[in-house]
Amino acid sequence: MNEHFYSVAQATLLEPTGLTDDQLNQFIHQLTNVGDCDFADLYFQYAKHESWSLDEGKVKSGSFSIDQGVGLRSVCGEKTAFAYSEDLHTNSILAATDVVQAIGRSGQNAQMQRSWKAQSIKPLYSPDDPLAAMDDSAKVAILQKVDKVARDHDPRVKEVMASLSGVYEVVLVVTSDGRQVPDIRPLVRLNVSVIVEENGKRERGSMGGGGRCGFDYFDDDIIDHYAHEAVRQALVSLVAIDSPAGTMEVVLGSGWPGILLHEAVGHGLEGDFNRKGTSAFSGRIGEKVASEYCTVVDDGTLSDRRGSLSIDDEGNASQNTVLIEKGILKGYMQDEHNARLMGMGVTGNGRRESFAHLPMPRMTNTYMHAGEHHPQEIIKSVKKGLYAVNFGGGQVDITSGKFVFSSSEAYLIEDGKVTQPVKGATLIGNGPQAMQTISMVGNDMALDSGVGVCGKEGQSVPVGVGQPTLKMDALTVGGVTL
Amino acid sequence: MSNSTGSVQTQNLAHAAEYALDYARKQGMDQAEVSLHQGTGVAVTARQQVLETVEKNNDAQISLSVYKDHKTGSSSSADLSERGIRASVDAAISIARHTGADDCLGLADKELMATELADLDLYHPWEKNIADMVDIALACEQAALEFDDKIINSEGASINSYSGHAVYANSHGFINQTKGSNHSMSCSVIGAVDDNMQRDYWYDSSRDPSKLVSAESIGKEAARRTVRRLGASKIASTQAPVLYEPAMAKSLISHLIGAIKGGSIYKKASFMLDKVGESVLPEFITIAENPHKMGASNSARHDGEGVATPAYRAIIDSGVLTGYVLGSYTARKLGLQSTANSGGVRNLTVSNTGESFDELIKKMGNGLLLTELIGSGINMVTGDYSRGAAGFWIENGEIQMPVEEITIAGNLRDMYRDIVAVGADIDTRGNTECGSILIQNMTIAGS
Repeated sequence: MNEHFYSVAQATLLEPTGLTDDQLNQFIHQLTNVGDCDFADLYFQYAKHESWSLDEGKVKSGSFSIDQGVGLRSVCGEKTAFAYSEDLHTNSILAATDVVQAIGRSGQNAQMQRSWKAQSIKPLYSPDDPLAAMDDSAKVAILQKVDKVARDHDPRVKEVMASLSGVYEVVLVVTSDGRQVPDIRPLVRLNVSVIVEENGKRERGSMGGGGRCGFDYFDDDIIDHYAHEAVRQALVSLVAIDSPAGTMEVVLGSGWPGILLHEAVGHGLEGDFNRKGTSAFSGRIGEKVASEYCTVVDDGTLSDRRGSLSIDDEGNASQNTVLIEKGILKGYMQDEHNARLMGMGVTGNGRRESFAHLPMPRMTNTYMHAGEHHPQEIIKSVKKGLYAVNFGGGQVDITSGKFVFSSSEAYLIEDGKVTQPVKGATLIGNGPQAMQTISMVGNDMALDSGVGVCGKEGQSVPVGVGQPTLKMDALTVGGVTL
Repeated sequence: MSNSTGSVQTQNLAHAAEYALDYARKQGMDQAEVSLHQGTGVAVTARQQVLETVEKNNDAQISLSVYKDHKTGSSSSADLSERGIRASVDAAISIARHTGADDCLGLADKELMATELADLDLYHPWEKNIADMVDIALACEQAALEFDDKIINSEGASINSYSGHAVYANSHGFINQTKGSNHSMSCSVIGAVDDNMQRDYWYDSSRDPSKLVSAESIGKEAARRTVRRLGASKIASTQAPVLYEPAMAKSLISHLIGAIKGGSIYKKASFMLDKVGESVLPEFITIAENPHKMGASNSARHDGEGVATPAYRAIIDSGVLTGYVLGSYTARKLGLQSTANSGGVRNLTVSNTGESFDELIKKMGNGLLLTELIGSGINMVTGDYSRGAAGFWIENGEIQMPVEEITIAGNLRDMYRDIVAVGADIDTRGNTECGSILIQNMTIAGS
C-alpha cells in the first residue's frame, strides 16, 4: 500500500517534469541556505475537482478543474518566507526559491547531500480516484434521485437544489530533514436544499454529508435520508414561532451542534494564537476551562471521515489529541513552526488550503466524549429553555473568547418537555465561561454527517465535529421575543 | 513590487483565449466563452516590530464554458499551454454531454456586447521592493503599539499588493483585455485591562498605492478601536434603536443585493420576491451602481459575459426597487433582460440624509452603536436576522460604555423600512460606499 502511495505521488508530481531526488535536494538547499534557517519544506500537490448541480429537476451545470503546483517554505526563527509555482519545471521552482532572500542573508553553506527517506504512512482512506471510479451519468443520476425523493416526500416541496462534488488529491511533502511523505486524499460531498411552501409562506431546509471515500457512499439509503431530512427541517421551520431572546438554559443536540466545540474552544487552542498570546486560552494549560463533564479531543485518525488526514500537510501523522480532559486544559493543536517555537511536540495539525497557501495549526475532527445521561433525562431537567438540534455556521473572536453559532432548527423546552419549534436564532457566549456551565452530558455521542468547512485567515479546509447531547446552564439566545 | 518570473503577457492571454474558442468550435460546440487571468503579488506581515512572513504569488488561470444544444459544461486550470487548453475544453465538453438542456443557457445576446472599452484607470502596480514594504508594515504596527499603554500585543500589520492582466472572450467574436491592481494595508492589535483582552483592526485598500491612507493612520485607528472596547460587558435584553457604523452598514446593503439576485428570485428563495416597483426602503434612500467610475475597486466596461455595463443604475430609486440583479441566464429565466450583473454589482453608492456621525448618535438618544457583527444568522428566504454583536451603549446621545456578548435580531424587510437616517460619514473602501445606518428598533438579547 505504502509503496503504491509513493509511486503514485512520484508519477503524478515529479516524473512529468523529470524532477529527481538531486533536484529536490537542490531546492531544499536553496531554501535553507540563509543565515539561521530552522527548516524548509516543499509541498507538491495535484488536485482534481468536479462538481455537478441540480435545480428545477435538471442537472444544469457541471464543472471540472485541475490545480497543481508546489509551495516552498523556509522558516528562520519567527520569520517565514513562502512562494509557490504552478509550473513544476526545475527553473520555475528554482526561481521561486529566491523568496528566502527576503528573510535572511544568503549563507555559504555547502550543499548537503540528503539520503531521502520515503516515509511510510498508515492510510485512513482508500487511494482510489472517486471521480474516475463512477461514470458521469451515474453521478447525475444521484442528483436526479435526490430531486425525486424530496418531491415525492411532500407536495409542499416547491424547489430542490442539490449539488455533488468530489476531489482527488495527490500530495508529496518534502522536508529539509530528509523525508518524502506521500498522501492520496479522496473527498466527496452531497448537499440537498429544498424550498417548501404552504399558505404563501416559504421556508428552506438543507442536509448533506460525505467523507474521504467514493461517490458510491451515496447509496439509496443515504439519498433518502438526506432528502427526507431537508424536507423535514423545512416543514418544521414553516410552523416555527419567533425565538425567545435572553440568557437561558440551552440543550444542544448530538452530532453537528458540536460546532459549539469548534468555535468555543477549538480555535482558541490552535498553537499559533497561543504562541502569540492572543487567545483567551493562552497560558492556561493545567487550568480548569470547562466543567468536569467535558473531555474534548481533536482526532484526525478516524477512517474515511471528512476531517481526517493520514498525514497532515507537513508530513506528520495525524493524532488523537486530548485538548480538555474532565474540564482541565491539556494541550494545544500544533504545526511544526509553532511547536518548535513553543518547545512542544507536533500534533499533526499542520494544514493548508493548497500548495498556494502557508500551513498553520488547524482542526481535524473535534468532538466531546460521551457522558452518562440519557438525552431524555437532560431535556427533562430543564424548566424553561431552548433545545437546538441543527445549526448553520459559527464564528469566534479568539481574543475576547466570544463565539456565536446560528441555529437552524430549535424548540422551546417547557417543564421538561420539548414543545413548539422556534425560528433560528444566533447563540452567543464566552468560550471559557460557557464551557464551565455545561452541567449534563449525554451518552449519545455522534459525529456530524460530513459537511464542515473551516475558514481561518482566508484559508478553507474540510473538518468534522461531534458531541453528545449536552446542557448549558446559561447561554444567550438571540431571538426577537423578549 | 518585485519582478514577476515567467509571466504570461496580455497578448499571450489573448492568444490562449482565441485558441480555446477555436478549439471548442472545431469540436462542434455551438458557443463558448473563456476568461483568463495572470498576475503576481506580494504579501508581507510584520509582528512585534519584526518581519514575520513574506509571501510571493504568481498565478495564472483559464476558466471556460462550452454550450451545445442548450447544454453546458465548465472547466478551469492553471495550465495555459495549448495542450492544457485542449484538455480543459475537452473536460468541459465531457461535462456538457451529461447535463440537462435548458433553453435559457448560452452566451449573453450578441447585441448586448460592450463596444466602448476605454480604459478605467485600474492599473497601478506598486513600484516598491519587499524591504520597503516591510518598512511600511513596521511603521504601521509601530504607530499602533505606541498609541496607548493598554496595547499589549499584536497580530501584526500586513501589506498585500497584486497586479495582473485579464482577458474575457466569447464566440460572438467579443474579446477584451484589461489590467488591474489592488493594494491593501491592515493592522490588528490587542489591548488588555486586567483580565479583559480585546482585539480590533483597521485597513485601507486601493487600486493605486499612492491613494492609500498613511501607514501611521491605519495603525493608530486600529489601536484606537481596540482600546475603546476594553472593559466591555453584557447588557440586559431590550428593544432599542441600533446605529450601524459604516463598515457594518455595508453588510445590510449586501444582504439586500443578495436578495434581489436573479438566482434567488427565479428559485423563489428570497424575501424580496415580487417586490419590483414597490417601496422597500424609505423614500430618502437611493442605491446605485457606478460601473464606469475611474479607478474604483469594481469598475468595468462589461460584466462577466461581455454585456455592456451602464455608467449608472439606480437599483433602489427613492426607496423603490427598480429591478433585479441579473446575468443573461437568470434574465431569460425571468423573461427579462440582463442588467450586466454577471459577476455582481459594481461600485454601489448609498445616498445619505446629511447627518454627521455625532449628529446620528444624538439623534438616536438611547440605543446601541454597532461596531462588530459575528456569525451569519440570516435566513434569505424569510429575511429573519439574528447575529452576534459588539459595540457601545449610547445614553442621551453620549457613548456610555462598550458592550459585547449580545445579539441583535429582527427581520430584514422590517429593518429596511425602519431605517430613519443614513449618515454623511461615508466609508469609501471597497465595493459599497455607505455612511452609518440608523434603524429605529431591534431586539437586543443579553443577560
